[in-house]
Amino acid sequence: MATDMLKKVPVREQDAKVRATNFEEVCLGYNKEEAMSEAERCLNCKNARCIEGCPVSINIPGFIQAVKGDDLKAAADIIAESSALPAVCGRVCPQESQCEGKCVRGIKGEPVSIGKLERFVADTAREMGIKPEVKAEKKGKKVAVIGSGPSGLTCAGDLAKLGYDVTIFEALHKAGGVLVYGIPEFRLPKEKVVAPEVANVEALGVKIETDVVIGKSTTIDSLLEDEGFDAVYIASGAGLPRFMNIPVEQALGVYSANEFLTRNNLMKAYRDDYDTPIARGKKVVVVGGGNVAMDAARTALRLGAEVHVVYRRSEAELPARVEEVHHAKEEGIIFDLLQNPVEILEDENGWVRGIRIIKMELGEPDESGRRSPVEIPGSEYEIECDTVIMSLGTSPNPLISSTTKGLETNRRKCIVADEANGATSKEKVYAGGDAVTGAATVILAMGAGRAAAKGIDEYLTKNS
Amino acid sequence: MFKIRKSEMLCENICKQIIEAPRIAKTCEPGQFVIVRADETAERVPLTISDYDREEGTVTITTQIIGASSYKLAQFKTGEFIADITGPLGQPSEFCNEPIEEVKKRKYLFVGGGLGTAPVYPQVKWCKEHGVDFDVVIGCKTKDLLIMEEEYVAVAGEHYHLTTDDGSYKHKGMVTSVMEELIAAGNHYDVCVAIGPMIMMKFAAKTALDAGIHTIVSMNPIMVDGTGMCGACRLVVDGEVKFACVDGPEFDASKVDFDGAMKRMSLYKTEEGRAYLAMKEGYTHHGGCGQCDT
Repeated sequence: MATDMLKKVPVREQDAKVRATNFEEVCLGYNKEEAMSEAERCLNCKNARCIEGCPVSINIPGFIQAVKGDDLKAAADIIAESSALPAVCGRVCPQESQCEGKCVRGIKGEPVSIGKLERFVADTAREMGIKPEVKAEKKGKKVAVIGSGPSGLTCAGDLAKLGYDVTIFEALHKAGGVLVYGIPEFRLPKEKVVAPEVANVEALGVKIETDVVIGKSTTIDSLLEDEGFDAVYIASGAGLPRFMNIPVEQALGVYSANEFLTRNNLMKAYRDDYDTPIARGKKVVVVGGGNVAMDAARTALRLGAEVHVVYRRSEAELPARVEEVHHAKEEGIIFDLLQNPVEILEDENGWVRGIRIIKMELGEPDESGRRSPVEIPGSEYEIECDTVIMSLGTSPNPLISSTTKGLETNRRKCIVADEANGATSKEKVYAGGDAVTGAATVILAMGAGRAAAKGIDEYLTKNS
Repeated sequence: MFKIRKSEMLCENICKQIIEAPRIAKTCEPGQFVIVRADETAERVPLTISDYDREEGTVTITTQIIGASSYKLAQFKTGEFIADITGPLGQPSEFCNEPIEEVKKRKYLFVGGGLGTAPVYPQVKWCKEHGVDFDVVIGCKTKDLLIMEEEYVAVAGEHYHLTTDDGSYKHKGMVTSVMEELIAAGNHYDVCVAIGPMIMMKFAAKTALDAGIHTIVSMNPIMVDGTGMCGACRLVVDGEVKFACVDGPEFDASKVDFDGAMKRMSLYKTEEGRAYLAMKEGYTHHGGCGQCDT
């Protein structure tokens, strides 16, 4: 195959018009020829900067060389050394700001398509029935992991590989956390991709108990004192959705993105054979510019709506992954940038009938380094709509911090934990992921899970 | 999967199920709720715990059939298994976390309407067990819809006051009329706890608040996860957005925006009702026919 070495081998996608009406996966991934051809582009740098860019330090040139040599088993094993969820990460990591952002090829031309190659390896390994190998002498120690999202699964998988007896406690009825309730099917297929990755973690010997809300069904203190756990890792996720506190925000048809996505992803409201309802809007306004906002917007579009994303800064500041914004635009999402809602308008029955918006301009950079938006006086106008989805981030869930003695939280109410090893202010208790950082990415949460597994192992080894 | 120890219909549209859920039974308190999912395709339904037995490891849920998922749940028989029950969720009733000497100094007025009869029961039972003074007012539309009479007679005796809207049994009238009579008769109450349909709570609260009684109501808004993640159950209390699942479900009635909460309750009514009809009568009620006024 003749390849332009400066460009990525293009990846096949569902046509934008077609996919805007279904929940099938958007990106179809590489086939073997495409993957091997893309793998040729890797320079196999000695001092591989891509590895530094990866929060879990996957040996990227290593697995790509294995792909080049058509040794899928070796490629899968190399990735498995560092990541328990490669089929997930290949799909949802912000590679452009991590591994691919550091790729030397990217200096002159496009970086190697590391994410798509990782996905290819993970998907192919799954199809070939390659399973992670379990081998470790039992340590005879029990660790509880709170939450079965990316951070919890990673930590549990790492600890199981080291020989610990690990139980994950999940509040919802299904394991996977944000991979199941948050990220939509068209970006991360649940049965095809998430379920097998969870099964792989279980295959390492990890037990998953669903329907247990730590802080309610039982407490961390009780797990340590009464149930014989030697350590606990808290990976309970981000928490309560934020709202804008603008007038009439309680109108019918105003959702948090979490609710909208949970109804659709976890409860499968888009399918006729599930009972959970979802109001299918005709015209939907999504407020916010992150990945969650893109997910909500593209879900509403697939449910049949005209969708506007209202974001108060400009396109350059959109926190969402470039690929998500690109896909959203292709599918017909309308971006109303440098605009901000000031009021929601309701009809006589209390339903949303519109939203009043004010235009913004960029002023001086704020503490995040981004230029802060400033209202333009007199620029207000109304958008007619029947649904508003607020995607403004989250504030921490108090269930665990309020029921665990001696667990320190910061002023934002996030659990305080050492980045290097996950240690909290309470002995035997470790924490990581969104519960510590506030809403962030899947891969950062995985990185924290990995660091905490190391921290827990060191602690339990020292105290045995 | 969780086993149903016993399932029975208490009246035409209210079902009681005793479920084996040892973790929940061990830690639950009056005032808390669970989320139940009957099977793989069912909704997550929030239900207040209406009794529990720590030794047996069981909790009791009482469900009114109003939508597809509650209808489905009620079809599960003794010995069968439901997919999920999660909890206990929400905050326990105020008195659970107060010094018992303080609680004992007070007299409580419990008011339950319709299905609200069930969640009031563990609170009444708790007070009885802890020697706290109380009266209970239970109201229902008509005699055929009355539930848990035996249990209440056993735990409350002469302090149990029953009324039916149509006068088909015992007192005739709304719960508020009984409340007014009790207050007029010189009974002094320090705290009123009212649980039932939103409209009943609104008026029961007004009656109690007008008499200067500190009043608590249990809000049961739409929920999805029930653990503080989705925000569906938000309501305005004292001008602030609260989440019933983590901050509630019980709130100070003087600070609750009942009208706003009732508005939010209507959100899925028609769609859920349609799904129920579809289940009962086949897939005929899919909306959009132009025949219904909704």
